[in-house]
Amino acid sequence: MKRLSGFLILLMLTSMIASCGSLASVGSGSTIKIVSSLPRTGSSKGQTDSIVNAIKQRLEEADYKACDGAFTIVYEDMDDATAAAGKWDAAQEASNANKAAGDSAVMVYIGTFNSGAAKISIPILNQAGLVMISPANTYPGLTKPGKGEADEPAKYYPNGTHNYVRVVPADDLQGAAAARWAQSLGAASVYVLDDTELYGKGVADVFEATAKELGIAVKARDGIDGKAADYRALAAKIVAAAPDMVYFGGITQNNAGQLLKDIRAEGFMGKFMGPDGIYETAFIEAAGADAEGVYATFGGVPAEKLEGDAATWYANYKATYNAEPEVYAVYGYESANVAMNAINSVCKQDRAAIQSAVMGTKDFKGILGTWSFDANGDTSLTSMSGAQVVAGKFEFVQPIK
Amino acid sequence: MATSHPRVAQGVPWRSIGKILIVIFCVLFLTLPLIEMVKAMIADPQLLVRQLLIGLTNGAYIALIALGYTLVYGIVELINFAHGDLYMLGAFFSLTLVGVFSLTPETPWLIRGPLLVVVLLATMAFTATLNMLVDRWAYRRLRGIGSRMAALISAIGISFVFQNLGLLWGYLRFPFMNGVMGSNAVAPKSFPALFPNVNLLAGTGVRFGAKDLIVVGVSVVLLAALYVFVTRTRLGKAMRATAQDRDAAALMGIDVNRTISLAFILGGALAGASGMLVGLYNGTAVFDMGFTAGLRSFTAAVLGGIGNIVGAMLGGLLIGIISALSDQYISTKWTNAVVFGILVIILVYRPTGLLGDDTAQKA
Repeated sequence: MKRLSGFLILLMLTSMIASCGSLASVGSGSTIKIVSSLPRTGSSKGQTDSIVNAIKQRLEEADYKACDGAFTIVYEDMDDATAAAGKWDAAQEASNANKAAGDSAVMVYIGTFNSGAAKISIPILNQAGLVMISPANTYPGLTKPGKGEADEPAKYYPNGTHNYVRVVPADDLQGAAAARWAQSLGAASVYVLDDTELYGKGVADVFEATAKELGIAVKARDGIDGKAADYRALAAKIVAAAPDMVYFGGITQNNAGQLLKDIRAEGFMGKFMGPDGIYETAFIEAAGADAEGVYATFGGVPAEKLEGDAATWYANYKATYNAEPEVYAVYGYESANVAMNAINSVCKQDRAAIQSAVMGTKDFKGILGTWSFDANGDTSLTSMSGAQVVAGKFEFVQPIK
Repeated sequence: MATSHPRVAQGVPWRSIGKILIVIFCVLFLTLPLIEMVKAMIADPQLLVRQLLIGLTNGAYIALIALGYTLVYGIVELINFAHGDLYMLGAFFSLTLVGVFSLTPETPWLIRGPLLVVVLLATMAFTATLNMLVDRWAYRRLRGIGSRMAALISAIGISFVFQNLGLLWGYLRFPFMNGVMGSNAVAPKSFPALFPNVNLLAGTGVRFGAKDLIVVGVSVVLLAALYVFVTRTRLGKAMRATAQDRDAAALMGIDVNRTISLAFILGGALAGASGMLVGLYNGTAVFDMGFTAGLRSFTAAVLGGIGNIVGAMLGGLLIGIISALSDQYISTKWTNAVVFGILVIILVYRPTGLLGDDTAQKA
């Protein structure tokens, strides 16, 4: 036992020395570090590849320089997923956040992709006074009082000031828009499912509440186990309830493909709709032929429908990376855009000043148009889109409200 | 039990009080929901039948996997934690073969049927060989040292090795695989719908697809074959003898190591068969599917009485049906709680499982 504890102490000492070492090596005054923490392993990789590409694209446009060359920008792409989990992992996200907080050169933390992960890193970064810009979190309770649990969002901000912004519209908008779209698609009754995660349950809650307000009959509400082998019994239950539509609040990585397969195999012919968590190629691959006709909603407009500066961005992206950007790429670009704008206006290696510059972004002329952050850190943009799988690809259907 | 816990035997009968408390708890909290459930069952009997059929089908393949646990436990008293992951590798292997043969739902039955049988047999051979090799390389060396814990821990290690093999498998992009692994290594892989899904009971208001029948049919044939093998053949007799008393069996001229290998081979073959069946039935293979399936199947084996073949079949069936009914009449998110709650209650009353018996032969 004694030997074991001795070994542990040695291990702790070594890791402390190691982390001190990395602190010292980057502490030079003319470097500003931007890090991102996104699920780079697992089936979200398709999405996050294009986000990281877009971030790099913005930084390359500035030639990795800020304040007329006074600062060199260093970008680090961190992974908050593990291969064993196949998706984001709480411990990994906490370790990324702690690493960024402990590195004094880090001025901006771009992330996370999953709202559940943000819940873990926001408080860590809040205490370190480091600003966090999310290109993809949509759970309302992260920023908006009264939209989530009673103690949200205050519990994420232990030092009292908000340090978190997001450039995407939140799910109180997405869930409501999805319900209105469902009604206009002719759904008079829905069966609402969620994956019992923060994001999935959140958007399903809003969808359910709005559906009830609109007079859509909510047949039932269930949560699924994202690791289950099959959902056949649930599918039989759904078929017996005979709704016009099944709404699944959740992500591909929690078995959305299997769920859809089982529902279809059980003979359900109605509509299937999900939020932006299933708006990706990985979902279509997992669901196979059954993905055909699935509806999905997401914040903003698809890349190929962008106008103005964003259309230029889209053309540049395709030219640079020789690939179609996934839906969140444009938000990755805009996140880096906001970060660079704040750094350029402050021109100091000062977390507090950069944080308040980001939080105070007003009438910002980004590629998504001219927009601002409100006091909570939410974007003033509210545009939403609806898409449908046609011939094995998500195709834009219409803007939704 | 009484000899090892003299306090329980002499003093306050805590055990009986505990049992009575459990009964009171059940009566108080479960009566009303149970009445509601029965009402719901009567209100829609067709749905009840459908859920029972789903439970039967799921139970059939759970039983196939559970047998692998029970066979090995019966003979060497090792809980083979890697068994669920072996099943996962079976699914990956069969998916690869499906790609190699480029089977699609359009392939005519005259070609598809025989090829599927080939895939099934090849998958069974693959997982059987793998299981046998693991026994030879990992478990056999640890058998003589008198510690069962060492083998158990190495089984957990093998489970990790298998799971990572499954992960690596997702990266394979050989042209002859015809792209069955999709574009993302870690993501769930989609099987083509090779089993027909026509409703065999069309017109009755109950659904029982052809693919459900295939899964039940193949499982029952394999279960029956195994049962006959163990109870009627010479080798089966050797297995039972080894399970009862390894030393005595060795003295009677039974090659104990070969008999143990046989248990691993049979268990592995069944895991491969269920991997392929479930892959084609559910339509998905993913590298971590073995954990959930293994947990369910191990539960089934314990429920039925670990080491007992008929018990594993019964346990699998019960778990399948209980899960389906719980999904329908309670709620999907409570299903795991219901299944394991029932396991706990059964183990309180019958610590050796439903059919398990310390004195009876184990395999």
